[in-house]
Amino acid sequence: MLAVTTVFLPLLTAALVGLLSRSFSDRVASVVTCSGLGLSALCSWLLFFQIVPAGEGFVLPLMTWASSGALAFDWALRIDTLSVVMLTTVTTISFLVHVYSVGYMAKDRSVPRFMAYLSLFTFFMLMLVTADNLIQLFFGWEGVGLSSYLLIGFWFERPSANAAAVKAFLVNRVGDLFFLMGIFCIFWHFGSVQFATIFEVAPSIAHHTVHFLWTDWNVMTLACVLLFLGAMGKSAQIGLHTWLPDAMEGPTPVSALIHAATMVTAGVFLVARMSPLFTLSDTAMTMVTVVGAATAFFAATVACTQTDIKRVIAYSTCSQLGYMFFALGVGAFGAGIFHLMTHAFFKALLFLGAGSVIHAMSDEQDMRKMGGIWKLIPLTYAMMWIGSLALMGIWPFAGYFSKDTIIEAAYAASGWHSDVAFYAAIVVATLTAFYSTRLIALTFHGAPRADERVMDHVHESPRVMTLPLVLLAVGAVLAGVLGYNSFVGDGRFAFWAGSIVGTPGDVTDLAHHVPLLVKLAPLVCSLFGVLAGVVFYVWKPCLPGRVAGAFPLAYRFLLNKWYFDEVYNAVFIRPAFAIGRLFWKTGDRAVIDGLGPDGLSRITSGAASVFSRIQNGLVSRYAFVMIFGLTGVVTWLLMTAFR
Amino acid sequence: MDINLVPATPEIVLAVFGLALLVIGAFVRKDAGALVSRLAFAGFGVTLALVCLMAGWTTVQEGLNGLFIDDAFARFAKILVLASAMIVLAMSESWFRRDDALQAEFPVLVVFAVVGMMVMVSANDLMAVYMGVELQSFALYILAAYQRTSAKSTEAGVKYFILGALASAVMLYGMSLVYGFAGTTHFAGIAHVAADGARPVGIVVGLVFVAAGFAFKVSAVPFHMWAPDVYEGAPTPITAFFAVAPKIAALALFARVMVDPFGPWIKDWQQVLLVLSILSMSLGAVAAIAQTNIKRLMAYSSIGHVGYALIGITAGTHDGIRGMLVYLAIYLVMNVATFALILSMRQGGQPVERLSDLAGLSRTAPWAAAAVTVLMFSMAGIPPLAGFFGKFYVFMAAIDAKLYTLAIIGVVTSVIGAFYYLRIVKIMYFDEVGTPLDEFTSRVNSSVLFGGSALVLLGFLGMDWLVTSAQFAGDALLKHAAAALF
Repeated sequence: MLAVTTVFLPLLTAALVGLLSRSFSDRVASVVTCSGLGLSALCSWLLFFQIVPAGEGFVLPLMTWASSGALAFDWALRIDTLSVVMLTTVTTISFLVHVYSVGYMAKDRSVPRFMAYLSLFTFFMLMLVTADNLIQLFFGWEGVGLSSYLLIGFWFERPSANAAAVKAFLVNRVGDLFFLMGIFCIFWHFGSVQFATIFEVAPSIAHHTVHFLWTDWNVMTLACVLLFLGAMGKSAQIGLHTWLPDAMEGPTPVSALIHAATMVTAGVFLVARMSPLFTLSDTAMTMVTVVGAATAFFAATVACTQTDIKRVIAYSTCSQLGYMFFALGVGAFGAGIFHLMTHAFFKALLFLGAGSVIHAMSDEQDMRKMGGIWKLIPLTYAMMWIGSLALMGIWPFAGYFSKDTIIEAAYAASGWHSDVAFYAAIVVATLTAFYSTRLIALTFHGAPRADERVMDHVHESPRVMTLPLVLLAVGAVLAGVLGYNSFVGDGRFAFWAGSIVGTPGDVTDLAHHVPLLVKLAPLVCSLFGVLAGVVFYVWKPCLPGRVAGAFPLAYRFLLNKWYFDEVYNAVFIRPAFAIGRLFWKTGDRAVIDGLGPDGLSRITSGAASVFSRIQNGLVSRYAFVMIFGLTGVVTWLLMTAFR
Repeated sequence: MDINLVPATPEIVLAVFGLALLVIGAFVRKDAGALVSRLAFAGFGVTLALVCLMAGWTTVQEGLNGLFIDDAFARFAKILVLASAMIVLAMSESWFRRDDALQAEFPVLVVFAVVGMMVMVSANDLMAVYMGVELQSFALYILAAYQRTSAKSTEAGVKYFILGALASAVMLYGMSLVYGFAGTTHFAGIAHVAADGARPVGIVVGLVFVAAGFAFKVSAVPFHMWAPDVYEGAPTPITAFFAVAPKIAALALFARVMVDPFGPWIKDWQQVLLVLSILSMSLGAVAAIAQTNIKRLMAYSSIGHVGYALIGITAGTHDGIRGMLVYLAIYLVMNVATFALILSMRQGGQPVERLSDLAGLSRTAPWAAAAVTVLMFSMAGIPPLAGFFGKFYVFMAAIDAKLYTLAIIGVVTSVIGAFYYLRIVKIMYFDEVGTPLDEFTSRVNSSVLFGGSALVLLGFLGMDWLVTSAQFAGDALLKHAAAALF
């Protein structure tokens, strides 16, 4: 019952507010959706404390979805530790973002629509994490994609918002295609899409091979690689990440909820959920690690050069998702989910804080036009510091616990890929500290660079916005220290209760026994990064320009985000447009329209006028046509039938 | 000699009734037209009841020494003919009355035409066929020229007469050829010629000539040229009559003559009908596009519909005959209802018949416009309206008979045809109003219009019943035809 309430309450409020949006005032719509989400969050916490101490989950079937030959699956809620962790994280953050939106969107013209979309998104996300089979998971997966599309394009009058929404949708389709193929592959070889059956069958067919794309694959490797490619799209991993920075066109609460805290972590969740399969394929695990590490590094470098406050955080998100993936890749599934949870808090905090800054600066997002406002909005300033410290992984903030565990696990794991991940992680930790300090320094410190009218208007946000910030800050401080023991510490076997793979003596255990130097390295590197940031942007503000001038190529490379968009434009988009235009102009217009509808209508109207000219009113002609027709028919019949 | 008059009871009753009406019309001075018209209506009602009550569905009776047959097929067609004649007669009264042109001759001629049609559908011998066709035709020639003072009407009558006479001559020549080679004019006798596999040239050529005569009566291309001129020239109620009852009778006769006496030579006539059907569907769809007069448009529309109905005969199977009968029943409803609209079209008391006069009907008479929209969508064959089912059953029959060309061309031409039907909807809903039409005063016309569109709209509910009835009728025809061979 709790589970049903948790999952379906947001759908109910979304439907209510969305369908009746015209008859609701903004206030009623806000109250309905916020209270719905609040109730849902409450239920999820109750569920958490019911499931986790008991140490076992359950599957709650709702109704049969499909039953067609071998393909049979239900609508069902799978409640275990992994899903309740996701449930509580999602509903709590979503609730806070809902409340924050009441203040942030107050002046917007379609508040009910916005609130309904947010609630709808939450429902799909909850469907995703409670799925008990791959099809239902895919339903939630596509649902969050749809909500993301709707919310990125929420301000649909802006062409850039529409373009970003379409881009997010299309790039995600690429991942979805692979995800679907992964589902097909699993159904084909495992004979089921139900998680329980898949996990049961998996060990017995681990060594089967399949022939696919001209080569023989290990069935586990193929399935996991395909699923991971799907996860890459949703979680903005390198190659399929291009949509995420553009998605910042959406309202800031959306960025906080969907494009930082929850939806983009769906890929991480998927890999964790399928962990019994992934652990059976070393190839897939290597791929996850390498892709994760590469993403972490790539995104962190780009974040150092961006000037849009939201884009910096977006690249930071991308980079942190990379952390989570290589944590999964080296086998520390608990650590990955742990970081997912802590990251949700401090990244939502950072985004909402950025929203508060943007709000204060009269919708300015460019950090080059900010500065010198820390005294004017002290609360927001403090919140941004907390978020940033958590992100950098400074003790005792949440990020320290989760991130350090990941880095230690990468060190402890064996194999070249984990070494790559370890060194990348150290570098990225430095970069993270650097760009976080840069963000704070540019935004709050130095001389004001905004014009006077804006500066006069700078003000702290209303309480409805700051209160969620404070609550998130509490999470960003405490989530790590409270969760450490259960997620990755000694209590983890009792906590996870088999919902993700973990055995005594595995990489998570080894991570606790690494040399002191390794334990300290991330912290030291972070502090070094902070120092560099302070030197560059507070003490010697002329330095960044000089460095950029000294390495113009490297600077431009980073500024242009490694030229991913340009390459995709040249390789995929322009050829696709060219092919499209070819088919349109010559294929559709000239051939199909020309010979089809247009040609036919030309012939038809031509024939119509010919017929009416023949019909000239003279009986003699009519008689002639009759006799002509008759003799024609008789002649033809005699020639063909009586030859 | 076996002079059994029982099977012909309805025809005899109606014929005697017609003669009586002639006398009444001549002797009553005051308002004879209205009186005779109502009496004729009642007469049709009595005849209809007789047809329905006389025999069960499965009985087959031959009479008048084999000249005449009464079976389910004939009864089905007679019911349609009588029903359409009744409705058109009822709708005509107010139309003629407004012009003070309601004379006793009109209903009397309609009665005689209907007697001819009933003889046609019950004919079991080429002599009876000719009798029926000529009785019907003479009445129709006069009706076309009914408005003696109107040049258009007289022109229509004369044209119809000349071309009709030519068609009759062709048909009669064909009959004589058949008689010459078969030695009999009796249907069963003709079919029996094929018992030993014979295929005399004379019979095949004769049957083509006979078919040409029928094609003229149903206005199938290329024997259709009279139709647009006559439809336009004749007074509108008479056009409404032309468009339905004679078509049904002639198509039923066409089906019987092809399937029954000429059944064994199906391979020969199938090709002829195939050509007629394709040409009719195509020309009906294409030529209608250029029309601006709604009566001419209806002429081309009916040419097209005849093409679709001919598909059923061309297939020559149970399903084909069934499909044709279903098609005719639906055609009757759609056409009668559409003519109810055309009969109501007046501006300042004067009848008008341009398409553009319908502009803005959606605003002046929204319900009527909605009803007409339903009718037009149905004519275009859009599901779930009745017109779709009509086409569906004939196309299915064509496919089952492996006449794929016919089915494909049928579908393509119905798409083309949709253009001009939908254009009427467009004119009613989107065109600027010029002079608005007068308010529809005739209650009869309005109830036919709304009743017809309701039937078309909800027809799918009764479709099973209609199809089963048509199945009975078609089976009776084919069983009789099969019996003749042995």
